[in-house]
Amino acid sequence: MAGHIPLQYSSTKAGKRSAQEPLIVRFLLITAALAFLFLFLLLPLLAIFITAFEQGIGVYAASITDPDALSAIKLTLLVVVLTVPLNALFGVAAAWAITKFDFKGKSILITIIDLPFAISPVIAGLVFALLFSAHGLFGDFLFEHDIKILFAVPGIVLATLFVTFPFVARELIPLMQSQGSAEEEASLTLGANGWKTFWFVTLPNIKWGLLYGIILCNARAVGEFGAVSVVSGHIRGLTNTMPLHIEILYNEYQFAAAFAVASLMSILAIVTLVLKNIVEWKAGQHG
Amino acid sequence: MAKKKWKKHSILPGFGLSLGFTTLYVSLLVLLPLAMIFVNTASMSWADFRATVTEPRVVASYQLSFGAAFAAACINVIFGVLIAWVLVRYSFPGKRVIDGLVDLPFALPTAVAGIALTTLYAETGWIGQFLSFKVAFTPIGITIALTFIGLPFVVRMVQPVLQNFDQEMEEASAILGANRFQTFIKVIVPEILPAALTGFALAFARALGEYGSVVFIAGNMPMKTEITPLLIMTKLEQYDYAGATAIAAVMLVISFFLLLFINGLQWWTNRKFAHS
Repeated sequence: MAGHIPLQYSSTKAGKRSAQEPLIVRFLLITAALAFLFLFLLLPLLAIFITAFEQGIGVYAASITDPDALSAIKLTLLVVVLTVPLNALFGVAAAWAITKFDFKGKSILITIIDLPFAISPVIAGLVFALLFSAHGLFGDFLFEHDIKILFAVPGIVLATLFVTFPFVARELIPLMQSQGSAEEEASLTLGANGWKTFWFVTLPNIKWGLLYGIILCNARAVGEFGAVSVVSGHIRGLTNTMPLHIEILYNEYQFAAAFAVASLMSILAIVTLVLKNIVEWKAGQHG
Repeated sequence: MAKKKWKKHSILPGFGLSLGFTTLYVSLLVLLPLAMIFVNTASMSWADFRATVTEPRVVASYQLSFGAAFAAACINVIFGVLIAWVLVRYSFPGKRVIDGLVDLPFALPTAVAGIALTTLYAETGWIGQFLSFKVAFTPIGITIALTFIGLPFVVRMVQPVLQNFDQEMEEASAILGANRFQTFIKVIVPEILPAALTGFALAFARALGEYGSVVFIAGNMPMKTEITPLLIMTKLEQYDYAGATAIAAVMLVISFFLLLFINGLQWWTNRKFAHS
């Protein structure tokens, strides 16, 4: 669902010469498509970097080494380190259960895995607020034991886990379905145990799909805004992730600083796109 | 033995472990939290619930969210099909880079996209200064942000269909006397329609719930430029958990139906491919 990009193996060869449009039509169509992409994708990207350096390199450097910015970067990294491996593990387990076995309720499970993509990030944050706020289901328990989840790091981690958890599973399920389980069965018949089979047969087969899912999961975990915004409480230096830090700077009219931090995230986005294309290319070679 | 009734036998190991872990994870992380929306809504009286979700300000936000998401999804279908077509059928310099760039809206954090678009379309911005009408802080600005967010869906759904499309069908159509336009409408469009519709529905669903890229460009004036997710956020900030939950319940039900619709579309697409 939303946010899910299936891994594509095909090359981008141009079509055959026959049944083509006249040169002028081709030219107009290409121009229209490029103009649209320039206006909607390239220009915003350029605007980020140009605005970031508008007040000079000094302001830029000061903005990204500001203690609040550094603590936002640290928190974002912490959230990624906690959420991405957990969701990758879940993705592999879910794909294994769904593609290697036939059981009742399978299609319901697949639909549930899709759910976070269909839900507004604000609602994803809201559900954790309902669970852990003072009036929430666990409110009394948490208060008695002096555990803080909402407006603290655990809440941010949970909300990020929620919005990013379908990525790896959605990537692996169609891939493992198309591969079948003949190779695993052969390995077991030859005497390897389950873990060995998974490690030496399944994992090499799914590594590109897994990596692809992890890249997408990582990008979303770094950039999640709506869900995290609900549960964070916006405490500077403590519960502000990078996107939330950008929002605060922007709302305080510190545009150069906001765009300086935004430019860091944009570089990460570009790296994500490059990695994604490398993985697609590699998967195309092996697939 | 009871296990066999709902699970077919397999020699592969790890069923209990993988399904057990999956079910536990999904239940704790998704089902339990989502159930809270309905539990909390159920504790409201029907009259309260109705009054909350039909309040004029709330209704205005639905209209805005639906209208802008629909407009953005329409723009995305038109340009998405165009971009997919150009990327698959024609060759031009820089094509690979542009193909990779299409996924930028998925990779770029929504808040970053939001402030970039606002800067461009503000009255003194790079684009805004050339326009005679206001874009930022109006529904047009919201539509632009939602168009950005939904752009990759249609392209990525239609592209593989066009790639696998048998061009002999077009040649046959041309030999039978159809001109290029007739061939496009009668041969190519029916073939890419399910994929384009799925892309439309995905872009629409995403746009409906989108928050980060919209809040900066929307202006957030009640009744005028306040989208539904923002209204939920506002109610939460005022500690009106019941109000926020009631509106969230309405949105969840809508999302659920959209999800069913999308699954139906995908089933239709697969069937189309299976027989061709």
